[in-house]
Amino acid sequence: MIQIDQLSKKYKGADFYAVKDLSLAVHEEEIFGLLGPNGAGKTTLISMLSALLKPTSGSFSIHGLDFQRHKNELKQHIGIVPQDYALYPSLTAFENLHYFGSMYGLKGHSLQERILSGLKTLGLHEFAHKRIRTFSGGMKRRINLIASILHEPKVLFLDEPTVGVDVQSKSAILEHLKHLNHKGTTIIYTSHHLNEAEHFCTRVAIIDHGKIVCKGQPKDLVVEQKGASNLEEVFLARTGKALRDYA
Amino acid sequence: MHKLWVSTYKEFLLLIRDWGGLAILFLMPLVLLIVITLVQDSTFKTVKETKIPILLVDLDDGTVSKSIHENFSESRSLEIIKKTSETEAIELVQKGDYQLAIIIPKGLSTDLDKKVTTNVDGILEKFGLREEKDTISKTLKIEPKEIRLYFDPATQQSFKSSIKNGIDKMISKIEIETIYNAFQEQLTDDASEIIFDTESFITFTEIVPGADRNYIPNSTQHNVPAWTLFAIFFIILPLSINMIKEKNQGTFIRLRTQPVSYATVLGGKTLIFLIVCLIQFSLMLLIGVYLFPSLGLPQLDVRDKLPLLYITAFFAGLAAIGLGLLIGTIAKSQEQSAPFGATLVVILAALGGVWVPVFVMPSTMQLLSNISPMNWGLNAFYDVFLRNAGVSEIIPEISLLLGFFVLCTLIAVIYYEQKNAV
Repeated sequence: MIQIDQLSKKYKGADFYAVKDLSLAVHEEEIFGLLGPNGAGKTTLISMLSALLKPTSGSFSIHGLDFQRHKNELKQHIGIVPQDYALYPSLTAFENLHYFGSMYGLKGHSLQERILSGLKTLGLHEFAHKRIRTFSGGMKRRINLIASILHEPKVLFLDEPTVGVDVQSKSAILEHLKHLNHKGTTIIYTSHHLNEAEHFCTRVAIIDHGKIVCKGQPKDLVVEQKGASNLEEVFLARTGKALRDYA
Repeated sequence: MHKLWVSTYKEFLLLIRDWGGLAILFLMPLVLLIVITLVQDSTFKTVKETKIPILLVDLDDGTVSKSIHENFSESRSLEIIKKTSETEAIELVQKGDYQLAIIIPKGLSTDLDKKVTTNVDGILEKFGLREEKDTISKTLKIEPKEIRLYFDPATQQSFKSSIKNGIDKMISKIEIETIYNAFQEQLTDDASEIIFDTESFITFTEIVPGADRNYIPNSTQHNVPAWTLFAIFFIILPLSINMIKEKNQGTFIRLRTQPVSYATVLGGKTLIFLIVCLIQFSLMLLIGVYLFPSLGLPQLDVRDKLPLLYITAFFAGLAAIGLGLLIGTIAKSQEQSAPFGATLVVILAALGGVWVPVFVMPSTMQLLSNISPMNWGLNAFYDVFLRNAGVSEIIPEISLLLGFFVLCTLIAVIYYEQKNAV
């Protein structure tokens, strides 16, 4: 279980909080969607939960481990699929996965098996020894995912894992995530694809201006929102139609 | 330890996959070494071998000008081109066609003869060996003569000095010979009788303390350590760029979410780039030993020095890598790290005595040179290459280089931890 209490983040020199007094509980084996317009605070929240950003205030724990006291132990239990590919273009898929897997302390036959299994499941087995720079966007996204789950994390954070990929790659990624979830992995993911989130997530939270606007099961949110027939309409009703351009 | 080895292997793969970068990494330092040594060696040989054309306007046409011409021709470093007009010679130098024009004034030989004869006569009179001459001869006033040297304004000071010293020495010799001849003529009528031995009585020999009496360090012995060190420190550039690339690719972000320390990540880079430094160093030694002789350069003498040379290169490489890790950690873009790293290496080289020896620097710069790791490295290399030093003599320098590496890496790790503290 992930317990977030009064978590806030204000960037240096910023006039406003990116995340403000956010409290949330995500249960084990959930697929939890963090939805929100650009600049709402989704990536900031995920970055804090994955030990990339220091919160300004507040705390959180994952499976009972407090982030401040058990930072290194926590890293062993979580996986992060960043928005960027975060791979070495001149290394092959296998070499990338071998390196990142080793950094989780995996080695030998066990690591090799996990790499080959991941590649096979996501349809990249025959490209194992091709360099990443030759891969399409969808292939890179799938390698990005495998690199984050080699150590079989209890919690997986995904920051827009299906952005810029074709329908086939998106389907393969989501299928695999569902498979991981069935095996016990808690998934927290951010996305702008509301239709995808509506069908993929067990629960979602809509965030705006660093705060949770509403949360619940997608179908419940649709029912609760007057005149809404899908999650996108709920989203627009809750966050408004004003453009969110900022620099 | 497993993570360190895997990190090292990853760095190795990244390095060998970039053929262009690899070629630059190994070839450019070699090209630098060859070019600099060739250029410096030719400067070194200027006086001996290279013929520099200079203009000579002989308005004297006497024994002195003939002697000057002969001396210049014998020097083998200058090619004398005779001109009849001083104005034409000045114009040619002004245009930069020639480095130098020497104008020998009219009547130099006859006036020098007159002057010397008058002085010799005066001396002989004092000794009572001659009758007193008439007062007209005694009071004859001979104006001093001036050999005019016109230099191209672009001529380097070192060349000017060497020419001026050469002419000065030549004139002194001619004057002394003229004086000896005047005495000879006055003291004997027999031209075959040699009264004075005009050969130089005092000569000098160059000896390197502690070395074989016949051993004199050549330009290669000086250039290889200096420029090898310079090239070793240029590892800062590819290393810092490698780190910036990782930041841009997002792989550093992924590593930050993994249970691996920054020191381990840096350790992998240190090991592989240290190997690169040592390969670079080996190639440079091979160039000095085997290629230089075929290019007409003196051969690099590494006899009995190899272990100490590699120890010095190892620690110099560590110091350079430490600096590269620090720059790579702090810099946010290649636009920051590359120009800063390159300029810093040149500044450290200048301070370290690679361009100009430390002992000729102003006292403030001499003090500052003590903080340049390149100065420590260069001193260690000179100790081994030129002063036949043992391990104990280079311990202070290699300790400083090691300390510099530790300090830079420590600052890099602390900066990273502070910056990314969660």
